[in-house]
Amino acid sequence: MENYLLILIGTVFVNNIVMSKILGLCPFMGVSRKLETAIGMGAATTFVLTLASGASYLVDTYLLGQELAYLRTLSFIVVIAGIVGFTEMFIKKTSPVLFRVLGIYLPLITTNCAVLGIPLLNVQEQHNFLESLFYGLGGALGFSLVLVLFAAMRERLEAADVPKPFQGVSIAMITAGLMSLAFMGFAGLIR
Amino acid sequence: MFSAILVMAAIGLVLGGILGWASIKYRVEDDPLVEKVDAILPQTQCGQCGFPGCKPYAEAIAKGEADINLCPPGGDDGVKRLAELLGVEAKPLGEGMEPKPKSVAVIDENTCIGCTLCIQACPVDAIVGAAKQMHVIVASQCTGCELCLPPCPVDCISMQVIKEDVVNWKWRYPIHMMKRVA
Amino acid sequence: MSRTLFTFNGGVHPDGHKTESNGTPIRAMPLLSRYVVPMRQHIGAPARPVVAVGDAVLRGQTLGAAEGYVSTAVHAPTSGRVIAIEPCAAPHPSGLFDLAVVIEADGLDQSIAFEPLDWRALDPSALRNRIREMGLAGLGGAVFPSYIKLNPGAQKIHTLILNGAECEPWITCDDRLMRERAPELVRGIEIMRHALGSATILIGIEDNKPEALAAMRAAAPSDMEVVAIPTLYPGGGGKQLTYTLTGVETPTGGRSTDVGIQVFNVGTAYSLYRAVELGEPLISRIVTITGHVSNPGNFEVRVGTPLSDLVTAAGGMLPGASGEIVGGPMMGFDLMDSAAPVTKAVNCLIIKNSKLFPGKPIELPCIRCGACAKACPADLQPFEMYWYSRAKNFGRAQSYNLFDCIECGCCAYVCPSHIPLVDYFRFAKSEIWEREREKSGADQARIRHDFKTFRLEREKREKAEKFAKAAEKTKAAASNPSEASAAVDPDAEKKKAILQAALERAQKAKESVAPRNTEDLPPRVQREIDEIEARRAAVETKTESTE
Repeated sequence: MENYLLILIGTVFVNNIVMSKILGLCPFMGVSRKLETAIGMGAATTFVLTLASGASYLVDTYLLGQELAYLRTLSFIVVIAGIVGFTEMFIKKTSPVLFRVLGIYLPLITTNCAVLGIPLLNVQEQHNFLESLFYGLGGALGFSLVLVLFAAMRERLEAADVPKPFQGVSIAMITAGLMSLAFMGFAGLIR
Repeated sequence: MFSAILVMAAIGLVLGGILGWASIKYRVEDDPLVEKVDAILPQTQCGQCGFPGCKPYAEAIAKGEADINLCPPGGDDGVKRLAELLGVEAKPLGEGMEPKPKSVAVIDENTCIGCTLCIQACPVDAIVGAAKQMHVIVASQCTGCELCLPPCPVDCISMQVIKEDVVNWKWRYPIHMMKRVA
Repeated sequence: MSRTLFTFNGGVHPDGHKTESNGTPIRAMPLLSRYVVPMRQHIGAPARPVVAVGDAVLRGQTLGAAEGYVSTAVHAPTSGRVIAIEPCAAPHPSGLFDLAVVIEADGLDQSIAFEPLDWRALDPSALRNRIREMGLAGLGGAVFPSYIKLNPGAQKIHTLILNGAECEPWITCDDRLMRERAPELVRGIEIMRHALGSATILIGIEDNKPEALAAMRAAAPSDMEVVAIPTLYPGGGGKQLTYTLTGVETPTGGRSTDVGIQVFNVGTAYSLYRAVELGEPLISRIVTITGHVSNPGNFEVRVGTPLSDLVTAAGGMLPGASGEIVGGPMMGFDLMDSAAPVTKAVNCLIIKNSKLFPGKPIELPCIRCGACAKACPADLQPFEMYWYSRAKNFGRAQSYNLFDCIECGCCAYVCPSHIPLVDYFRFAKSEIWEREREKSGADQARIRHDFKTFRLEREKREKAEKFAKAAEKTKAAASNPSEASAAVDPDAEKKKAILQAALERAQKAKESVAPRNTEDLPPRVQREIDEIEARRAAVETKTESTE
């Protein structure tokens, strides 16, 4: 039990997928302009990532095994694409505005390196099925956390008097850097 | 080799099955986004966007066929709100599309010949009159679209800017006297 | 007095400056030669003028009748002649002109026959109609038509609160009124109780007015409670006073009536007494004039008195005066034009000088210290509202409950960065109102446009149906040839003839079109024209032949 808790805390804070592994930067910069969008994107990614971690564990263990290990990346991409396709239809039905707002970023979850990275890390770390699920959930929660925090900051920045050269993406980059520094404070929380 | 093809095919089949089922289960009939876009548009029905009214423009925006910065009566504020709704970057109004001050059309009673052409042109039925009778514009309903100007054969319609009075007066943006901190 | 008082959060203690004007009794203004009576003196629709230029009017005669539900009447302050009905300077922060009836006084000050009313025998609804005709509106500054406030409606008003707090610095008109006219005021309260049927009556007065408290306690019967409340600005705000006295909070976006409480200003109660028991419409009120003026104090001023005349009556401005404030220093506004008249809303005129009212300090950036949130009596977060109002992100500002802001000015008063927060809130509010207006206009336009489209469709359809029917008829007729030719021919012939005639007319008209200014030409010019015509004819024949 403690193991799973450690995986969760570790992935959310210490080894945050965005802040310390520098994965998934594309949606992190792209979908953080508005808080609502960020929350939606976080939820969608959490859903996809958790499912993808579990599904790719099953595919890797029961379908591929050792002899077909070279198909790992390829098959993971296919699995993720399928899950994203499903999520897309689901969101389109339940929340058209969120669908519109997520725009190209929703299909982009397919190529979100965090989503592919976590199943691959699962294999590398030799997690079992439950561990994989938790690792995926934790990674996604960590991603959502920083995305929402970052969006909240950017929303406030929008109303601020930012000097001309720093307006727009440049101040966002600086903010992201500062945030990453802040997350370094969590290093050493576990072990 | 054979097992690899088999495995990929199996994955493909299972996922294809799930997606097929989902596309039936989660079918979306029409796009409620149109209504939301239409609610932001100022409903002048002026056609300056190149569409024959606000609703068609809203439909075009929702489909992604038209840009959001084609509505001069909505002004920059309207563009901003459209951008907010659609989650895209706001942009300045298109070329030659400066918003004009809000105005209403006024018919010069002396020159009007009662031809009813402007009545047919008015998109919101804000002109009252009959053939060979003097026409009058209901100022409170006029959207200032200027569509009645071109059909008038005697050029008796003019646009009058709405003057500021005690009712529509707005508090000004406080003058910024920020001290410069070196 | 053992009533438990509640203390609202926030509030400030600005210098009272009450002694400047509360030492002298209320004085009467001398009769003037000219009065300017605006038609918009209350919240809601302006009154509709019912007199014409040139009309002779008497004191108390109706000048403007109430128009619509939220409206009330306006009356002549003295007898004289209407010399103009036109936009005039108005006591409004914009300095814009507003429609007013200008009266030239005849100096006789004759009044119409005032009819006292036996209100105890009168049904509350009839009483309210009378009050509406009398032009009663809240004299505390909001000028909401009183007859509406006196209508309990579906909600039972169990508590009636009289607001004698007068928390704004400098203003002392309610103080003097309570000291000098407490018995009449109490009779006004009794009329209110009759209309509302309230059981509890509380009169809240700040404890910096001991004389007013004593006078009211002496005048009030045992079933009205005069309560001394701590002096804390804005203790006289409707919601704040309600909370102080009863501990009941007014819900967001609601009124105190939602919780069964109605609040009236004491000045309104006094005017109500005058209107009902004496039959005199609301044509005068008490106005404080104070600040940098030689003889500050309170005046009984007729509505329509130009503010410049009020200043003269108070001995004129002292040298070094730097402007005028209408209302109090916290919530009032700078007067743009001193020709503007006293209206039912004007309770105070402060003459500024640079010592009492130094110019606005330079605005510094917000340091997010939170002092404004601590001072806010409405429990809002002014720094957040400011942040988004300044960035013109009105939706966000509104989500921080901007519209619960009472614009009391406490936040701006305590702000260490001297940010004029209230100015930003007023700006944001009026922008949002403008948007609302535009939105409702757009909604109406959408409905009308949709209907027009529908109507055109319908007409088209009906025409098509008619056409189809006619076609059917001709078809039916065709089966019977002799009848068909008889039926169709004359019609077609006629149409053809008309068409032919029209074509001929058009042809003729075309031919008759000739360049103007060709008559009476000097021979030389005529010759030139002839030559040109000849050349043109030659060219035309040439081209024709080549073809």
